[in-house]
Amino acid sequence: MTLVQALFYLMTFVALGSAVFVAATKNLVRSIFMFFITLMAIAGLYVLALADFVAITQIVIYVGGILVLILFAFMLSGRENLNYISAIENKFISIRKLPALLLAALFLIGLINVVVKMDTGNLEWVKVSLDQKNNILPNTAMTENIGVNLMTHYLLPFEAMSILLMVALIGAAHLSRKEAAG
Amino acid sequence: MITLTDFLLVGAGLFSIGIYMLVSKSNLIQILIGVELMLNAAILNLVALGRYDRYNNGGQMFALFAIVLAAATTAVALAIILNVYKRYRTIDPGKIDGLKD
Repeated sequence: MTLVQALFYLMTFVALGSAVFVAATKNLVRSIFMFFITLMAIAGLYVLALADFVAITQIVIYVGGILVLILFAFMLSGRENLNYISAIENKFISIRKLPALLLAALFLIGLINVVVKMDTGNLEWVKVSLDQKNNILPNTAMTENIGVNLMTHYLLPFEAMSILLMVALIGAAHLSRKEAAG
Repeated sequence: MITLTDFLLVGAGLFSIGIYMLVSKSNLIQILIGVELMLNAAILNLVALGRYDRYNNGGQMFALFAIVLAAATTAVALAIILNVYKRYRTIDPGKIDGLKD
């Protein structure tokens, strides 16, 4: 087992384990902080998938932005829901959770079935890509390529994204302002 | 070398955990965390498949777009959650059952 494989299994274990913990714990604060760990482990998986720029973006935006936002919303939405959460009986497997567990298990079985049947080693486009040397190798630097592509090949989605971000910013500010007259 | 199948399997696991949280939790913030987990599973698949597209780099590019879009949707969703809390004093989706008047 090479070092890369060992790291992959470590990251997978941390990501899936902490995700299960996030889903199973009854303490909301603890689950939010455990979600930090999940996101960091997924960023590690991105690095192992040879996408280092995406990994850094994940850490900056998700861990630095979204998670802090969630923490703020949690703090602003009062402490009643904390008491409420600790009051209800919240075992991981209870009869109330059974349909959700069944649905998730069915989804897992279906997805694993699809992935295994897909037989990714023999896909047509993967072979074409390998023939044309179009796959990313561990020693290729992708950041420059991403920058050039962003300003040439993907300029239209990039601009559409910027407009949508502005719309979302104005919308969020409008939704969360103080209730005015009318 | 890690194969594509391994990444897709990890993505499947994360997606299932996300869907479990989405259905079973009785707290809007935890449901939002479930949605984020599912988004992350999708982005992981994009990145893993993007390994075979070096020149156009579609997978990584759209993974970046998806991360930015997730940030935008989270901001709007949290603003909505705060408004819901202001009106109903609860963020349990099972108890939010009234219209404006």
